[in-house]
Amino acid sequence: MGTVKIPIGPQHPALKEPESFLISLDGERIKDVGMRLGYNHRGVEKAAEGRTYIQNIYLIERVCGICSHSHSTAFIQAVEEVAGVEIPKRAKYIRSIVGELERVHSHLLWLGVAGHEVGFDTLLMYSWRDREVVMELLAAIGGNRVNYAMNTFGGARRDLDKDMLERILKAVDVLEDRTKYYINIATKETTLIKRLSGVGYISKDDVIKLGTVGPTGRASGISRDARKDDPYAAYGEVDFNVITDTHCDVYGRAVVRLLELMETYKIIRQLIKNIPDGDIAVRFPRRVPAGEATSRYEAPRGEDVHYVKGNGTDKPERVKLRAPTLANLMSVAKMLEDDNLADVPIAIAAIDPCFSCTDRMIKLEHSSGNSEIVTWGDLRKRSIDFYRTQHGIDFSELNKKYRGNL
Amino acid sequence: MMMQLFYILIFPGFLFLYLMSFILEYEDRIIYARLQNRKGPPLFQPLADFIKLLAKEDIVPECADKKIFKLMPMIALTAVVTSFFYIPIWGVNSLYPFKGDLIVVLYLLTIPTVTFFLAGWSSTSLYSTIGAVRTLTQLFSYEVLLFLSVLSPAMLADSWSLGDMASFYNERPAMMLFNIVAFGMSLVAMLGKLEKVPFDIAEAETEIVGGTFTEYSGRLFAFFRMAINMEMVVGASLIAAVFLPFGLTLDPVYGFMLYIVKVFFVIFFLSVGRTVFARLRIDQMVSVCWKYFAPIAFAQIVLILIVKGVVL
Repeated sequence: MGTVKIPIGPQHPALKEPESFLISLDGERIKDVGMRLGYNHRGVEKAAEGRTYIQNIYLIERVCGICSHSHSTAFIQAVEEVAGVEIPKRAKYIRSIVGELERVHSHLLWLGVAGHEVGFDTLLMYSWRDREVVMELLAAIGGNRVNYAMNTFGGARRDLDKDMLERILKAVDVLEDRTKYYINIATKETTLIKRLSGVGYISKDDVIKLGTVGPTGRASGISRDARKDDPYAAYGEVDFNVITDTHCDVYGRAVVRLLELMETYKIIRQLIKNIPDGDIAVRFPRRVPAGEATSRYEAPRGEDVHYVKGNGTDKPERVKLRAPTLANLMSVAKMLEDDNLADVPIAIAAIDPCFSCTDRMIKLEHSSGNSEIVTWGDLRKRSIDFYRTQHGIDFSELNKKYRGNL
Repeated sequence: MMMQLFYILIFPGFLFLYLMSFILEYEDRIIYARLQNRKGPPLFQPLADFIKLLAKEDIVPECADKKIFKLMPMIALTAVVTSFFYIPIWGVNSLYPFKGDLIVVLYLLTIPTVTFFLAGWSSTSLYSTIGAVRTLTQLFSYEVLLFLSVLSPAMLADSWSLGDMASFYNERPAMMLFNIVAFGMSLVAMLGKLEKVPFDIAEAETEIVGGTFTEYSGRLFAFFRMAINMEMVVGASLIAAVFLPFGLTLDPVYGFMLYIVKVFFVIFFLSVGRTVFARLRIDQMVSVCWKYFAPIAFAQIVLILIVKGVVL
């Protein structure tokens, strides 16, 4: 068949979000991968500069649909550092508990998606059914399945009472049981192992070179976890292991995520056992003094970094966030080298990508060196011309009529 | 003449096959759903899907070979329906039995796969082209397996005719037990033929969108789907006729009911198969089929030769 170029994305069943991978194939073998970001740029950073800190909590929480708590915690930690506010211990525990529950739901979601990408839909149905246990728990805690709104400056917004803590412990028992079952499947089911092992190989050196974070990096043998290296919230007071693996492939990433779930249950149990009594929040000033801070947070997908610069008003001067997918995306091209076309979906899915969180503005430059900036007015004019010439529909009358409103 | 037309068009011909394909699709989908802890579709869902597809717009790609693109679903359908006339359903004999009808059925069942290839190739989309190439690659790995596994009961019965085989096994029911390995292998081959998980490589949704059928829509796609569903009926009937040929001398009514049970039984295995496995890669499928399944099928033939020498 010779070399063909096949586009995976921006719209493709394997991808849940728009992202473009242009894959050069020699038969079924991948020769080269071209990647392109920027289909879902939402301008979150710029939007954050125009809003007050309180409004920004809600904006930042909506950066990602899965790790909403991660982003809001990372942002709030940075702002608290700038303001020099120390939050109560109980609030730290609550943040950690919700953060770990979020990790459970993210990892179970990933397991299902991975199953779907290799055509094992039964795994998808099972793991998403069990994920409902933790989803319902989160809904009971925060009133919402994904945006729990548990965070505020100076602490937590809601307390976890005794009944709720007990309920969490019970759910954790159920989930631990199910996770053991999935570990059993992932390490025993032949066709699944055949599809996962050896796929998306990336060596330890490459991981360090490309700055890969989270379970993807840990599956290649680097022991890097912000919870351990730079403890925040209540993680300094709990005992847990950083799971690493030496397979360096998708199988290793699956094993790391599953074993990490077991550690998560351990952490939740310790947190609930040791949670201190007391206030859940302290007063927080409306205006944040000038200063800057960077905050690291170990989101389910890897390290999430937020940078906040205050200027003494109630609005931040600059907010910069780096979602874990941005750090991991570069390694995908390396992973896909010399793999099969059939491995593309699972290799991409194995970094647990979240393209919408990642997307940044990019400026395209033509190879000739001429770049073109298209304004809103130009775009309107082009579309009106297009309809007149291609379809014979004339909008100029309507245009005149509504000109005042536009 | 009227009777002949009735046989061909109504029962056990086209209309019966048409209804049976919906019932079996329903069975397959509901078992798949129940095993995955889902509720599954209602009984009329396959029919509703078909009607809805018929009502949709037909889109033929501009660069496609339009004649072949439009013709292929019909050829697939015709080949499958024709093959059904040579499979015994409730009695020892099929509608139009003759010596060597087993070969004809196997040959006719290969035609749909070839039409899938041509359809994918002629629609010129990248995904379809890759799907088409995969369809052919797949064909070479399961087709031999299917032939080998169907060959062993035929060798034991010393006949290429489905009718003769059926009467042979009816006289000596215990002989069926020697074919159990081949029965398993034929189920594997049938999973490949029907392009179901773990062998749905040619239409792997997450890799190449819709594979061969990416560009198909509306009526043409509905006919392709119908052809695949009917292929499922014919394949299950063939396996039932070759490997489970008991109770064929019963009263036609009971015989027919027994046939339905047998077909449901075969489909049950296929559904379980597609529930418990992940999709293999094309290279893995070829190597599995040639390295493990084909030798097993050969071993079965050796066993049959020994049995023939010792018992008969």
